[in-house]
Amino acid sequence: MEWLDPLALARWQFGLTTVYHFLFVPITIGMALVVAIFQTAWYRTDKTQYLQLTRFFGGLFLINFAMGVVTGIVQEFQFGMNWSDYSRFVGDIFGAPLAFEGLLAFFFEATFIGLWIFGWDKLPRGLHLATIWCASMGAILSAYFILAANAFMQNPVGYAMNPEKGRAELVDIVAVLFNPIALAQFPHTILGSIMVATAIIVSVAAWHISRGQHFETMRPALRLGLWGLLASGVLMFISGDSLGLAMVQAQPMKMAAAESLYSTTAGASFSIFSIGTPDGSSEIWSVRVPGLLSFLSTHTFNGTVEGINDLQVAYVKAYGPGDYSPITWVTYWAFRWMIGLGAVAAIVATAGLFFTRGHRLPKNKWIWKIAIWSWPLPLIAMSVGWIFTEMGRQPWIVFGLLKTEAGVSPGVSGLDVLISLIAFTLVYGILAVVEVKLFLKTAQAGPAPIEMTKVDGSDDEQPVLVGTVY
Amino acid sequence: MDLAYLWFFIVGFLFIGYFVLDGFDFGVGMSLPFLSKDDTDRRVLINTIGPIWDLNETWVIVAGASLFAAFPEWYATLFSGFYLALLLILLALIVRGVSFEYRHKNPDSRWKKWFDGMIIVGSAVPALLWGVAFANIVQGVELDASFTYSGGLLPLLNPYALLGGLTTLLLFFTHGVIFVSLKTDGELRECARVLATKSGILTIVVAATFLVWTTLAYGSFLSGAVAVIAAVALIASYVLNLRGREGWAFGFMAFTIATAVLSLFLALFPDVMPASNNPAYSLTIENASSSNYTLTVMTWTALFALPLVLAYQGWTYWIFRKRVTRATVLVSAH
Ligand code: HDD
Ligand code: HEM
Ligand code: HEM
Repeated sequence: MEWLDPLALARWQFGLTTVYHFLFVPITIGMALVVAIFQTAWYRTDKTQYLQLTRFFGGLFLINFAMGVVTGIVQEFQFGMNWSDYSRFVGDIFGAPLAFEGLLAFFFEATFIGLWIFGWDKLPRGLHLATIWCASMGAILSAYFILAANAFMQNPVGYAMNPEKGRAELVDIVAVLFNPIALAQFPHTILGSIMVATAIIVSVAAWHISRGQHFETMRPALRLGLWGLLASGVLMFISGDSLGLAMVQAQPMKMAAAESLYSTTAGASFSIFSIGTPDGSSEIWSVRVPGLLSFLSTHTFNGTVEGINDLQVAYVKAYGPGDYSPITWVTYWAFRWMIGLGAVAAIVATAGLFFTRGHRLPKNKWIWKIAIWSWPLPLIAMSVGWIFTEMGRQPWIVFGLLKTEAGVSPGVSGLDVLISLIAFTLVYGILAVVEVKLFLKTAQAGPAPIEMTKVDGSDDEQPVLVGTVY
Repeated sequence: MDLAYLWFFIVGFLFIGYFVLDGFDFGVGMSLPFLSKDDTDRRVLINTIGPIWDLNETWVIVAGASLFAAFPEWYATLFSGFYLALLLILLALIVRGVSFEYRHKNPDSRWKKWFDGMIIVGSAVPALLWGVAFANIVQGVELDASFTYSGGLLPLLNPYALLGGLTTLLLFFTHGVIFVSLKTDGELRECARVLATKSGILTIVVAATFLVWTTLAYGSFLSGAVAVIAAVALIASYVLNLRGREGWAFGFMAFTIATAVLSLFLALFPDVMPASNNPAYSLTIENASSSNYTLTVMTWTALFALPLVLAYQGWTYWIFRKRVTRATVLVSAH
């Protein structure tokens, strides 16, 4: 039965669950950092509005964090469940960064998050501030290890084949951990996460200010969010550029597919937009920037970019007969949407900073509407960026070493995978509704006032700190 | 190759950590319908594990990842073979984790009822299925020459495995209830103590049967000796709870779970996944492990990380050592 093909179902399941996990991850990474910054500001200045911001965005952060944690466990199990032959093939190498992630990052993060949530009234102020920084660093560290694992699939390094066992074995852990792809992916992912979190902060702050409420707390949040979004947006282009260079080295086919460039070309142009046959093999109309593709791939405007057809010939020679190009319309459009949505977000941030410069506030309600509704832009850019990265690697699961079709679990039937795919889709769908509702409700309730109490023997007032209680 | 033996026990240690720690989280979750008379009680119960359930759960993530890194073949066979059982565990852990975090976000009682139900089911299902899974590992399953199990779910639900599941279910339940009596005050504390004496008897009977079966059918001298220690500790825990010594009762219960799991790992040794149809197809510590280089790297990392992890997690437990009372829960406005 065609539709019970375990391979296709396993791929759908992996794509679905991973993209879903990765909706919460960037919010966690970015938001933890921003909350830590707010709490530091409160620690330094003692201004209650920073405490309010810490607790308010901290609450939103936690609603999201819960989802990140529970969907993350699925990821960890899934390699063995659906991709057991892949696990046998790369486990010797791939398992290590995952285990590092658990031992060094997840334990750290989970412990300090608990301390932060429940420790408001149990830890001294400075120590309590340290817990949120630890949690934030744990999240960022975990991102590094998972990206190092992923980078091995994009660009295998530090391994040797063991023909007797039929698997790749680790020979150089330093090479695996400092894979050039991982080094380039890491800033790209962290900056992207900051874009995601700051865009959400801008949206929430704009919603309250445009309703004329919580002005004192929300204005600093708005400005910080806009600056953060602009800065990370600009840096994102720079880091994307270096990621592109690294990627062309490892997988020229992906860049060729990103432009649907069929024959090797010097001084290749980049199409911002095109209309053509769906697979991009012939073009009807397009807007092109001359030399840009060459520049992205080689940093010179007339550098040579290899085309799909020529790479296909070379790969058949190297790896035997087969189709070595990914689905070009996906890579073509995913690449453009990633860049385009990020660019729009950066433009919104620039405009927002302009309209709120000095002590100004725009009157036009459309400006506010745009600020409020721009939040999904970076988040969608993140997802399509991953879809580009992962689907652009096809037909390989580990580039040059193992085809995706060879990685799937042999003992798992299509029906099993179908059952789990349906179960995850249903549960994830329901949880998405619950989470979004809660997130909106909490965001719209706005920051709670902070109760103050007199310090003994003086007129100074101090905030009453209560730990969270479920 | 010697390192592979070390890693067999490190993986065992990580699973022991998981069962001892998340075990009482499961128990607390399952005890909701037995111990609470109103919403405040339920909040007290949930708050006893509030700050720590996530770090307890992380032990299984680390155990799984270490299994992957140190024994890729074992990880691959186990996780693909026990597919549907693991799916159920995953779904349960998902709804349980989300429920802790979301239940208090809405005062509506229907909302809370839903999440209470999900906490109960989300705790009971893994408590049962982890036992089923481990009993099946010890017992062995049918493997083919490439170490693949493709028998599906039904053969896994055999009497021995179901008894194993019932054992972990009851052990975790009693463990959690004793934890409640250790972490709460007043009426709840007393109710928990009484409930633990009731469930304790059943736990002793079922766990003893399971350990005897394991020792006779699959065990070695060593695993049997450790199983005896586990049984003695379980009875000690029961007596101490009867006398109202909650702290000691809890400590002995933790020791019981640790030694019981250890005895399963010893029964398994030196296999990691015996093939019940043909011993030549069995996965062993030798043929399932990673290369020596990988294990060396992993060993250094674990030597660095584990003491650190134990230190800051111990400190966290210390910070949250106070009992949770109805008053603490009622003070906080939400
Ligand atoms: C806010 C989101 C966002 C934005 C605005 C951008 N990217 Fe990106 N991009 C990602 C989010 C992202 C990502 C989802 O985070 C990826 C997936 C894998 C990774 O490490 O980052 C990614 C991957 C990715 C890859 C693929 C790497 C690989 O296959 O190994 C390239 C070549 C670029 N990006 C290049 C760019 C360029 C040139 C950009 C702008 C000029 C850009 N990205 C903006
Ligand atoms: C360490 C990190 C990651 C690893 C190890 C990884 C690994 C994999 C594997 C094993 C598959 C299945 C085989 C395949 O179809 O290629 C896959 C596919 C996929 N992954 Fe990733 N992935 C990682 C990160 C991500 C992230 C963060 C995302 C997105 C948010 C993502 C999106 C996808 C998608 C969309 C597919 C489906 C592609 C297809 O079937 O053609 N991946 N990845
Ligand atoms: C496909 C491979 C992936 C696996 C196996 C995986 C595994 C996990 C697990 C097990 C958790 C729960 C941790 C806990 O209980 O504290 C988690 C959460 C997390 N993951 Fe992933 N993950 C994957 C993809 C990614 C990627 C690509 C990133 C970052 C770039 C990432 C970053 C995080 C972060 C920061 C958290 C912490 C909490 C949160 O997500 O909200 N993960 N992941």
